[in-house]
Amino acid sequence: MATAAATLPPPLPAVRRVHHWQERLAQGLLVACCAALILFLFAPLFMILVKSVQDKDGAFVGLLQFQQYFETPALRQSIVNTLWIATAVTGVTVPLAFMYAYALTRSCMPWRGFFRVIALTPILAPSLLSAISFIQWFGTQGLLKGLLGGASIYGPIGIILSSIYATFPHALMIVLTALLLSDGRLYEAAESLRTPTWRKFFTITLPGAKYGLVSAAMVVFSYTVSDFGIPKVIGGNFSVLALDIFKQVIGQQNFNKGAVVSLILLAPVFVAFVVDWIMQGRLQSQFSSRAVPYAPKPKRWFDGAMLAFCVVVALLLLAVLGMAVYTSFIKLWPYDLHFSLRHYTFGLIDAGVIVSFWNSVKMAAATAVFGTMFIFGGAYLLEKTTGMNGVRKLIRLLAAIPMGVPGMVLGLGYILFFNHPDNPLNGLYHTLTILVLSTVVHYYTSSHLTAVTALKALDNEFEAVSASLKVPFYKTFFRVTVPVCLPAILDIGRYLFVNAMVTISAVVFLYAPQTQLASVAILNLDDAGEIGAAAAMATLIVAASSLVCVVYAGVTRLLLTRTQAWRKPSAAG
Amino acid sequence: MMDSKWGRNWKSVVTGWALALLALPAAAQKTELLVYTALETDQIKAYEEAFKKANPNIDVKWVRDSTGVITAKLLAEKANPQADLVVGVSASSLAVFANEGMLQPYAPKGLDKISTQYRDSKNPPDWVGMDVYGAAICFNTVEATKLNLPKPATWEDLTKPVYKGKVVMPNPASSGTGYLDVAGWIQMWGDAKAWKFMDGLHDNIAQYTHSGSKPCRQAGAGEFPIGVSFEYRAVTTKKSGAPIDIIFPTEGLGWDLEASGIMKTTKKVEAARAMMDWLATPDAMQLFAKNFAVLAMPGMAQPLEYVPADYEKRLIKNDFAWSAKNRDKILAEWLKRYDGKSEPK
Amino acid sequence: MNTPYLQLNGIRKSFGRFEALKGIALEVARGELMVFLGPSGCGKTTLLRIVAGLETQDAGTIVQDGRDISRLPAVDRDYGIVFQSYALFPNLTIDSNVAYGLVNRRDRRESIKGRVRELLTLIGLPDSGLKYPSQLSGGQQQRIALARALAPAPGLLLLDEPLSALDALERVRLRGEIRALQQRLGVTTIMVTHDQEEALSMADRIVVMNQGRIEQIGTPREIYELPTTPFTADFVGKVNVLPAIVEQGGVCRVGTMSLVLGRSDLISGTAVKLYLRPEDIALSMNGAKATNTLPATVAKVEFLGAFCMVGVALDTPGVPPLVLNVPRHAVAEAQLRPGTAVSVCLPPAALRILS
Repeated sequence: MATAAATLPPPLPAVRRVHHWQERLAQGLLVACCAALILFLFAPLFMILVKSVQDKDGAFVGLLQFQQYFETPALRQSIVNTLWIATAVTGVTVPLAFMYAYALTRSCMPWRGFFRVIALTPILAPSLLSAISFIQWFGTQGLLKGLLGGASIYGPIGIILSSIYATFPHALMIVLTALLLSDGRLYEAAESLRTPTWRKFFTITLPGAKYGLVSAAMVVFSYTVSDFGIPKVIGGNFSVLALDIFKQVIGQQNFNKGAVVSLILLAPVFVAFVVDWIMQGRLQSQFSSRAVPYAPKPKRWFDGAMLAFCVVVALLLLAVLGMAVYTSFIKLWPYDLHFSLRHYTFGLIDAGVIVSFWNSVKMAAATAVFGTMFIFGGAYLLEKTTGMNGVRKLIRLLAAIPMGVPGMVLGLGYILFFNHPDNPLNGLYHTLTILVLSTVVHYYTSSHLTAVTALKALDNEFEAVSASLKVPFYKTFFRVTVPVCLPAILDIGRYLFVNAMVTISAVVFLYAPQTQLASVAILNLDDAGEIGAAAAMATLIVAASSLVCVVYAGVTRLLLTRTQAWRKPSAAG
Repeated sequence: MMDSKWGRNWKSVVTGWALALLALPAAAQKTELLVYTALETDQIKAYEEAFKKANPNIDVKWVRDSTGVITAKLLAEKANPQADLVVGVSASSLAVFANEGMLQPYAPKGLDKISTQYRDSKNPPDWVGMDVYGAAICFNTVEATKLNLPKPATWEDLTKPVYKGKVVMPNPASSGTGYLDVAGWIQMWGDAKAWKFMDGLHDNIAQYTHSGSKPCRQAGAGEFPIGVSFEYRAVTTKKSGAPIDIIFPTEGLGWDLEASGIMKTTKKVEAARAMMDWLATPDAMQLFAKNFAVLAMPGMAQPLEYVPADYEKRLIKNDFAWSAKNRDKILAEWLKRYDGKSEPK
Repeated sequence: MNTPYLQLNGIRKSFGRFEALKGIALEVARGELMVFLGPSGCGKTTLLRIVAGLETQDAGTIVQDGRDISRLPAVDRDYGIVFQSYALFPNLTIDSNVAYGLVNRRDRRESIKGRVRELLTLIGLPDSGLKYPSQLSGGQQQRIALARALAPAPGLLLLDEPLSALDALERVRLRGEIRALQQRLGVTTIMVTHDQEEALSMADRIVVMNQGRIEQIGTPREIYELPTTPFTADFVGKVNVLPAIVEQGGVCRVGTMSLVLGRSDLISGTAVKLYLRPEDIALSMNGAKATNTLPATVAKVEFLGAFCMVGVALDTPGVPPLVLNVPRHAVAEAQLRPGTAVSVCLPPAALRILS
């Protein structure tokens, strides 16, 4: 044995690099980033898991509460209801969005830009707006009540219609991207082989958009499953999982049961999320950088038909928004239809509810500013610095999770975690800060992906060049990375702002009266039966978000013009 | 990046510490009470002004929400209570807090002038009432004519087939008003009859709403012609111009109190007691009288438009201790029977 | 002056289970341009990045100008680097790009300006200072990248496939310029490339690498004319390979044919391979009787411009076909076409024997 050992070469001492303080700084920040995600994402979710197997007094009861849950027929019914509603919404929204996107990308109909903007307006509105609007259109006093043939809008019909409205733009954006990524040369090749139009559709268009369609379906499905505002307002007594969480937590003060329902709600959403994640990956890899965009040629009857379709859809979308705005400006529905500002002056300002609108604006602005800084900064550290590969992997995983977690689940986790008396951070409870934190985390994934995509488009060697020139990495970050990525940064900021204005699911558990938000105010106003004031608040939200989008568009355009000299599509990179 | 990282840390640390530190010097001069309440916003303004006139060195920070939410919050924060005081929250909720040992008993000055039925029976009491709010039905006359609906006069009337799909009432699991209805029926009729009645009512219910105000608002907008609500909301809805009649069913009215109590954990006992004292003064009662017909202090009430003079006599006998003790059981039974109504009618 | 400027010793690097570098040792003399040449995946770029401090070796030492830099981070080393992708900062003007490393040294404004001007003139783009990178051609951009790397006057210049992204003409022009500039400034330079022509034309010395090991180090001539390993012979330039068995008296047997080797130090019976450059094979029409002249038949003629590549099958059975480079005029004169009978001569001096 001694000889065997002697013949082995002596083990080489591993080379331990001396770390420059700049590297230490970057790694320290990276660890801080990871710690923040653990603290504000993982820990709250973990608390839900813990609470679900504890009783009210904190004793371990195993799966007893799950068992009780499944023994309650009403609650079991919620699972079935939730799933079939979400399936129905997906079944309508995705084909609708596909047709619309097809018209926008494959036809030469006029005003395509306009139709695109109209189709995206629902994003600016809280989901509650559509529910209020559909009540006004189809409720007992609604103009179009007759169309329902005696059926009530309160219940599955209302939920489905409102959810279609709310999810349409989300599906549209995904399908649109998938259609835009397809390679025009395939169509040229097909044309040269004299392929008939229908065959091109089934052999090129549809397969090309396949992953996009599945991805859109998953997003619509999880949105519908997770949303609690719509069923709350228009669902009548039709129970769904998201509403059950709300009832358990707010109505019955049973946080442990709420945790159980949260986990049940988490299951379908998480499955959808995993499917979507895989599909997104394939969608990316399907994209070839050499693809030539498809340029449609005018075809009269086809363009006409597509235009007609888009006009109908756009009118329907505008009718929903319009009804809510209209409701906010009339005196007493349905008995006095005169124009009046009383819902704004009396219902919002005098009642003191207007404060919540300014809270929302403040919260959204803080979310946009701090959220963008954190998310972009985190993505930068992740993509462009070196070392600590374990931490990097963990951050990547954590950053992907929020998309698969319904807001209500996150919100409940926040209560459980941050209101725990032993948590040194429980000073955060009831502050605007916790609303900002939860909203940033809730919308983390999309923003993170936008940031990563933008950063990946940069030359990988900027950091190496800086190091060789002895320029600290943060200097290059501020002098080069940020300016070059500014369009993406603004995009993230706008996305966070708009979503923070309309979000309700996580914050409904976290607001304190002095930090009440506009979306929560709508819910409470609707709860109190103040539909006019609720519509007025929704209108204010749409106005504020629209303003931010217009400003964003203006700034982006200005920026692109001013930096046109170097920001060319042909720029080597 | 540095900025965002530090910005984030900085923000959370500073907010946490600033709150804690700023509170200290402020406390030296002025006491700030954190009060949880379910009072209406416009009522709060008047009450606060009057209170501050009497106690200039106490500041009040109000945390306002509906009864259900306030109750939920207080129970959620049980381990780490934030509030110093609960004001204007239903007595059945306060009785729940008392059972959970969250309140500290206190006998305000002038307690002897408060009716014994409108305060906690213990001495000194855990909670003291302010005023009474009770069940009322909002009935839309315009829609009733259109639909040819007779005007109901009793609770039993509401179970008649003619009202099928025309009635809305609050969900007792989320609404204080809903709970006072259900608790009222059970105390008035006993378990068997009350649940049989609710079974019949359930067949006519179009929706169980989450709040007690909404049924009356919906009745006022003609969305559903009959809303089971409470008298304050019925009166304000009628005043806003909605074509409704307010019905007080003849069998008796379930009711609850707006009541107040001191949290056991408060560190500002003196200020909290000053508030309790003030709430039991005739000055305060006069303010309550503008909104409510029945007050905890007898002889102070004023007649209110649309509310009958004998309103108090129509109230049933209400035992808050019973109501609080059985709350979980009643709600569980109610949920089991009616919550799964999958098709709205 | 005899101590080398840069010394690498026992450099090893693994990525997971993949061993990228298996113990590299080499020395670069002051002012020398050394090229790391090899196929992709041979470890040449990894080695360059280790020299730059962008990767950390698992083992081994690096000494630059007498200073042990093995453990130093990139920021603390002394070098300038140019990448295939140029990596110019797109939002900064050419002036700012070149001045990027100077500004940080808190030089005086005027001296920075002067230095930038000097460098832009040096690379032949004196008037482009106010433009942005995207307004320049690829070759111009790479010149700017070079200027930026040279601006702080580093002791060592690292070029990572600097010409690979350029088109053929630009590539040839720029390689001459880089070489001239490097010689003028006398800056010690390491360049990584997979292009043998680039390596042969620019290098003082070439390091041929394969699978994480050094195959051969030598001047371009040595590498081309005297490859010491089959890999080098095969990778650098075209080569004919003939399997042979050594016989007595400086002769070997290839198939059924005997060839004179011009050396007799090999043990009889050893299996060897003979390497022969296509341009070293002489072609004759009249059957001249030089050593190792053999009858053959033209199999194909491929026109390549100045040269034609002529494939011939030897009439002796059991010998693999050979490839020859024949000047265009010679092909025309001899009217070579498939089927033409010719004689080929394999000069003993040109036969390299590698086992």
